[in-house]
Amino acid sequence: MLSIEDIHVYRGRTYVLKGISLRVEYGQIVALLGANGAGKTTTLRTISGLLRPNEGRILYGTEPNRKKIDISRIAPEEIVRMGISHCPEGRGVFSELSVKENLMVGAYLRNDKPAVLKDYDRVCEMFPILKKRPNQAAGSMSGGEQMMLALGRSLMSHPKLLILDEPSLGLAPNLVDMIFDMLARINTEGVTMLLVEQNAVMGLHLAHRAYVLEIGRVILSGTSKDLACDEAVQKAYLGGR
Amino acid sequence: MSGGYVAQQLINGLILGSMYALVAIGFSMIYGIIRLINFAHGDVVMIGAFVTLGLAQVVGVPFPLVAVAALATGAAMGIIIERGAFRPMRGAPQVTGFIASLAVSIMLQNLGILILTGQPRNFAFPDYLQKVIRVGAVSFRVIDLCIMLSALVLMCGLIFLVQKTRLGMAMRATAENLDVARLMGININRTIMATFALGSCLAGISGLMWGGKFGQIDPLLGFVPGLKSFVAAVIGGVGSIPGAILGGYILGLSEVLFVGLLPPIYSAYRDAFVFSTLILILLLMPNGLLGKRMEERA
Amino acid sequence: MGRQRNKLMFPAFIVLGVVFVLVARHTLNDYILSIINFVGIYIILAVSLNITNGFTGLFSLGHPGFMAIGGYVTAILTFPAGRKSMLLPDMPAWLAGIETPFFPALLIGGVCASITALFVGVPVLRLRGHYLAVATMGFLIIVQVLIINMESLTRGPLGLNGLPLFTNLWWVFPWVVVTLYVSWKIKFSSYGRSMLAVRENEMAAQCLGVNLFRTRIVSFAIGAFFAGVAGGLWAHLVSAITPGSFSLILAFNIVVMVVVGGSGSISGSFIAGILFTMLTEVFRPLEESLDMYGLGEVLMALVLIVILIFRPGGLFGSREPGFLIHNEK
Repeated sequence: MLSIEDIHVYRGRTYVLKGISLRVEYGQIVALLGANGAGKTTTLRTISGLLRPNEGRILYGTEPNRKKIDISRIAPEEIVRMGISHCPEGRGVFSELSVKENLMVGAYLRNDKPAVLKDYDRVCEMFPILKKRPNQAAGSMSGGEQMMLALGRSLMSHPKLLILDEPSLGLAPNLVDMIFDMLARINTEGVTMLLVEQNAVMGLHLAHRAYVLEIGRVILSGTSKDLACDEAVQKAYLGGR
Repeated sequence: MSGGYVAQQLINGLILGSMYALVAIGFSMIYGIIRLINFAHGDVVMIGAFVTLGLAQVVGVPFPLVAVAALATGAAMGIIIERGAFRPMRGAPQVTGFIASLAVSIMLQNLGILILTGQPRNFAFPDYLQKVIRVGAVSFRVIDLCIMLSALVLMCGLIFLVQKTRLGMAMRATAENLDVARLMGININRTIMATFALGSCLAGISGLMWGGKFGQIDPLLGFVPGLKSFVAAVIGGVGSIPGAILGGYILGLSEVLFVGLLPPIYSAYRDAFVFSTLILILLLMPNGLLGKRMEERA
Repeated sequence: MGRQRNKLMFPAFIVLGVVFVLVARHTLNDYILSIINFVGIYIILAVSLNITNGFTGLFSLGHPGFMAIGGYVTAILTFPAGRKSMLLPDMPAWLAGIETPFFPALLIGGVCASITALFVGVPVLRLRGHYLAVATMGFLIIVQVLIINMESLTRGPLGLNGLPLFTNLWWVFPWVVVTLYVSWKIKFSSYGRSMLAVRENEMAAQCLGVNLFRTRIVSFAIGAFFAGVAGGLWAHLVSAITPGSFSLILAFNIVVMVVVGGSGSISGSFIAGILFTMLTEVFRPLEESLDMYGLGEVLMALVLIVILIFRPGGLFGSREPGFLIHNEK
C-alpha cells in the first residue's frame, strides 16, 4: 500500500533521513522503532506531507489493484483526502475546541453528513468517555483521554492508512494496553497502520512487521517475531536478555 | 460635574469604543492565526473611508450600498495585504514580518497622499442620518446610533461565524496549531486568507463610521486609530475576539473619560496616556484580560 | 584564531576623510556640502541603530526620540541667553542663563539621550520581538507629546528656530569617525561577540553566562547617545527643530537603511546611509516638480519589502567586506 523509496529529508540544514526505504502492505500493522532522534517522526511527517523529501519517492495506492502514485510532493490536504490520517506526536488535540468539535474537525474534508454521524457514534462507542461531555474543552482532559480523542479524531476521516506517532507516550501501562487493544481491533476492521513507537515491546507485540531506525537509516527490518528474537534488538530496545 | 455630563461622556465613549472594537477584532484575528502584527490594518480603515466617500459623493451610490462597499473594500484589501506582504514572510522571524507590515502601512499612506493629496476631505452623510436625538440630558445623532448598532450586529455575526461554522472551526484550529490543522485536511492558505478578509472587512466599515463620526478624512487617518486599536486588542488579550471587543470599549471609554473628566490641561497628553498604558500592559499583563498564553510561532 | 582589522585601514580612512573634507569645503557649493553633511548624520544614525538593533537583535523604533532629546538639549544649551529669554519666557532662570559652546552641548545632549535610554530601557527591554518594537514606537510618541506640551522649554509645536549654524563637515566628519570606531570596537570585542551571541540564540547565550539584560541595556544606551548627538548636529545644520522633525517615518527610514545595508554590518549601514541620502535628494525635487509627494516613500517601502522577501540579509548580511578584515590565518 505504501512504499517509501530511498527518501532523503532535511529539516532546515540538518540532514535527518539519509535514504529510508520501507513498505507497508495492505491490512498490516508496521512498527517503526528506534531511539530518540533517529528520524521516526520526520518519516511520518514526510509521509503526511508536512515535510518534503529532497530525493526519493513515496508511492501510495488505496487499493491493491489500483495504480500507485507518488505522494512525496503533494500538499497535506490532498494526502488526507486520499485516505491517510496522521495522529501526531503528543496527540495534537485542539485544546480550545470542544471534544465534539475535535472529532468533527477530523472529518473536515468529508461531505457525507449521515456517514460522518455514524462514524461519530462508532468512535463514541469505542471510547465512551468522549460521549460523556462533548462540549468540554479538550485541553482540560487527561493525557489518556486526549489520546483517545486524538485517535478517535483520526478515525473520523475514515482513513485507509492510519499513521500514529508514539501513541503510548506519557500514558500509564493499563491505558497503553487499552489503546493498543483498540488499535488491534481497528486493524481487524480493515485499517492499515504504520506506527512509530519508542516502547519497542508494545510495538513489536502489536505489529506484523517492523523496521528499526538509527540516525536516519534503516538498520533492521523483518517480521516482528524475528526482530523480537534478534539479539541486537533485544539488547538495545527490549531491555536485554 | 453633572450626571448628565458623565452620561454624555459615556455615550461618546461607547461610540468610540465600538469603532475601536471593530478594528481591534481584525488585529486579534490576524495575530491569532499567524502570530504577526498587521501594522497596515489601520490603513484599511483609511481606505474604507475614502472608497466610501468616493462612491457616495462622486458616483452617487445610495447609502446602504456604500456600507456594503466598505465591507467589500476592506475584505479585498485584507486579501491583497496577506498575499503581498504576509504570505512571503511566513517562516521569517517575527520582527521581519513586523517591519514588512510597517512598510506596507507607510506605502499605503503615501500612496494615499500621492493619489489624493494630504488635504482633508469632508465626509458628508445624508441628512436623515445627521438628525440629533435627545434622551434626557444626553444627545447623539442618528449616525451615532447606527454606528453602535451595526457594530454590535457585526460583532455578533462574526462570533457566530467563528464559533458555529465550518470555516470558523478551521480558523480556530489553524490559530491553535497550524501543522495539526493541515493534518486534518484544512487548507491553511485559504483559511488564513479568509481570516484576513473577515478581519479587514470590519476595518473597512470602521472607515465609513470614522468618516461619519469625525466628518473629515485624510490619508494619514489610519495611523492613530490603527495603533490605538492595537492597544485595545492587547488590553483585551491578543488573539481573543471577545478580548478585542472588551479592549475596544475599555479604550474608547477611558479615552473619552480621560479627556472629559480631567482638567483640560491634561487632554493634550491623551495619546501619551494611551501608549504608556500599552507599555504597562505589555510589561505586566502581556496576555491582556482575556487572552490565552500564546507560544511564539516563527 | 581571530580576525584582526588590517591595522593600516583605519588611519588611512581618517586621512582620506580629512583630505576629502578639505577639498570638498574648498570646491563644492553650499547645497552639495549640506547634502554631504546629511549623509554623515544619516550614517551616524544608521550605524548607531545597528549597535542597538543589529548586534543584539533588539528592535527599536525609538531612535528619533533620542534624536529629539539630544537635539533639543543641544539647541537649548547653545541658544544665546538673550534670545532664550525672548523666545522662551517661561524657561526656568537657571537654564535661561546658560549658554554653552557646541561641543559640550552636543555631549550633554548625547548623555541626556543615553540616560533616558537607561530609564526607558530597564522596563521596556524586557519585551521581545515585535512587542518591543511597538513599545519603542510608543516611547517615540510619548516623547513627541511631551515635547509639544512642555512649552516653557521647547516652545511646543512651533519649535525652536534661528539656531546657530554650527554644523559643518569639520563637526560631522569626526563624529562619523567616532561612531564608526566605537561600533567597530564593540562588534569585534568580546563584548560585541556576546551581543551577537544574544542575537543568534538567546538561550545558548544565557547558558554561557552572558548577562542578557545588561548587554541589551548598554547597547540601547550607546545607540541612544549617538542618536542624540546626531540630533544635535541635525538641529544646527537645519537651524531649526520642531517636534515633527522626529517622526515614525524617520524611524522607518533608519530601519530601512539598517536592513538594506545588512543588520549587524557596519559597512552596510555606512553604504546604506550614503545611498539613502542621495536618493532622498534625487526624489525631493522630482516630487516637487511632478507634484507627486510621497512617491519617494512609496518606492522605499517597496524596496524594503522586496529586500525582506528576497534578500533579508541586506547588502552585507552581518559581515564586513573582506578587505577590511585581515584574517590571521
